[in-house]
Amino acid sequence: MSDKKIYAIYDDDYVLLESAKHLVSKGIFIRDVFSPFPIHGIDPVIGLKRTRIAITAFIYGMLGVLLALLGIWYFSVQDWPINIGGKPNFSLIDNLPAFIPVTFEFGVLCAAHGMAITYLLRNWTLPGFKSHNPYPRTTDDRFVMEIHVHDNEGKSIEEIKSILNETYVLEIDEK
Amino acid sequence: MEYKISKNAKLTSSILILVGIIALVIGLTSGHGHHTSQRFWANLLVNGYFFFTISLAALFFLALQYVSQMAWGVTTHRVFQAIMSFMPIGAIVLLIVFVAGAAHMHHLYHWMDPELYIVGGEHYDEIIANKQAYLNTPFFLIRSIIYIAVWMFFAYWLRKKSKEEDALNLAAYADGVSPIYKKSIFMGVLFIFFFAYTSSSSAWDWLMSIDTHWFSTMFGWYSFSGMWVSSMIVAVVLVLYLKSKGYLKEVNDSHIHDLGKWLFAISCLWSYLWFSQFMLIWYSDIPEEVTYYIDRFEHYKLLYVGTFFVNFLLPFFLLMSRDAKRNAIFLLPVALIIFLGHWIDVLVMVLPGTMHEEGGLGLVEIGMFLTFLGGFIFTILTSLSKASLQTKNHPMYDESVHLHH
Repeated sequence: MSDKKIYAIYDDDYVLLESAKHLVSKGIFIRDVFSPFPIHGIDPVIGLKRTRIAITAFIYGMLGVLLALLGIWYFSVQDWPINIGGKPNFSLIDNLPAFIPVTFEFGVLCAAHGMAITYLLRNWTLPGFKSHNPYPRTTDDRFVMEIHVHDNEGKSIEEIKSILNETYVLEIDEK
Repeated sequence: MEYKISKNAKLTSSILILVGIIALVIGLTSGHGHHTSQRFWANLLVNGYFFFTISLAALFFLALQYVSQMAWGVTTHRVFQAIMSFMPIGAIVLLIVFVAGAAHMHHLYHWMDPELYIVGGEHYDEIIANKQAYLNTPFFLIRSIIYIAVWMFFAYWLRKKSKEEDALNLAAYADGVSPIYKKSIFMGVLFIFFFAYTSSSSAWDWLMSIDTHWFSTMFGWYSFSGMWVSSMIVAVVLVLYLKSKGYLKEVNDSHIHDLGKWLFAISCLWSYLWFSQFMLIWYSDIPEEVTYYIDRFEHYKLLYVGTFFVNFLLPFFLLMSRDAKRNAIFLLPVALIIFLGHWIDVLVMVLPGTMHEEGGLGLVEIGMFLTFLGGFIFTILTSLSKASLQTKNHPMYDESVHLHH
């Protein structure tokens, strides 16, 4: 009983948004919403926290900058000092302007790739993984709310369904 | 909502002007002869250019809002229009400097010296003589007058029509869209087309020609990004000031966030151009190109290199996060510090070529800056009080009021 999931299916993003407000005002916890495109303003309604991906991007970027400087220092200064156009590389600091473009690009590369991989890992949607979409039509023209019964202690399935029926819901599924 | 200048604001700008003039007079009288007059004119150029181009970049940003049909910024249109209002004063200052140069009252523009062009003469300079077809006094003055006249025409037009738009009755039009808005888009396109060329060529004429032998193809964009970021700083500070006084209720956190994003982004653009110009010249190390940097690194190293790091690192690290861009506690100090930073940036574009090793940051510089700052603040606030703080009948006004992200 406790791991029952209820799926409420809608055909309009605005109707879903208003319905979600109604459900939340009745004390129902909405676990997730699936939709073909981002619904503006849904995050605060269903209590989603602001993403922390920007912080990871900053960390990956700084890591990239450090890694690039370390690499350049080792390849072009320490291991094999290269003399380019009469500018011998015996010191990193004196030749820093020449190394900045590479450092910048590597920082961007690490930030972008790190951010993308983190995102895919966090969602468990790396290539080859099985998708967890409960209702495939949400990739086309349907909007679905997922409600877990055990998130809403003290409310029976019938109660949740009756509150759902107060909204313009198209169809209610149980799994 | 109408804005009224508070007594405090009037008093503050008067004090700035007064203190500035006192510092200027003390600085000038304690100097000696030829250098003092040269220094005076150099500072007039620095501040005339700095404050004029802030207004100019505000005009550019306003035109950009029309051309890109930008919706979020509509609630700040009157702020940018107010920043534009310093253009006439800045233009007069610049023209006085140019005409005085043509009359040989100062020697800011080395190439204005007629002896450089006498073939076989003692001061004959072949490199400068070869540039004479473009770089000669009459053509320079004509160009300057054309730039200023055309820019100011667009500023005048956009401001005037925006006020007229307020009084329109939209129900009288079949599609319910203000015809002035459609015309403004067209005028914005014309202005940006003209400005795309003249922003670069005016920077060559007015600033790059000071170091006459030297040239950089990046100079136009470099000074353009500098004026743009200075203008965004003024806009952010003005919006925060007006909000703290209870005006501009329509401007919410999201608008301030967006202005902060521009401040952040254009700071990065400026740093990118500063560094690219430097790195390419540093790397190739050609004598005729490095002269510009040798002048600056020998006598202005702290000012020149220091401002680069401040203007880049401060906004980059402090304004990176979303919350900082919405918070006056972060925005205001960063904005005010890099405002000085970009003023010093203009200072080190002008002083090394005009004052050589005699220039620096002294009483004359600070006095002139404060005088202009006081006048600038007073002009902007006066202009702000002459029209309602919000436009009416702009088709995207409602969208802007409901901005949320």
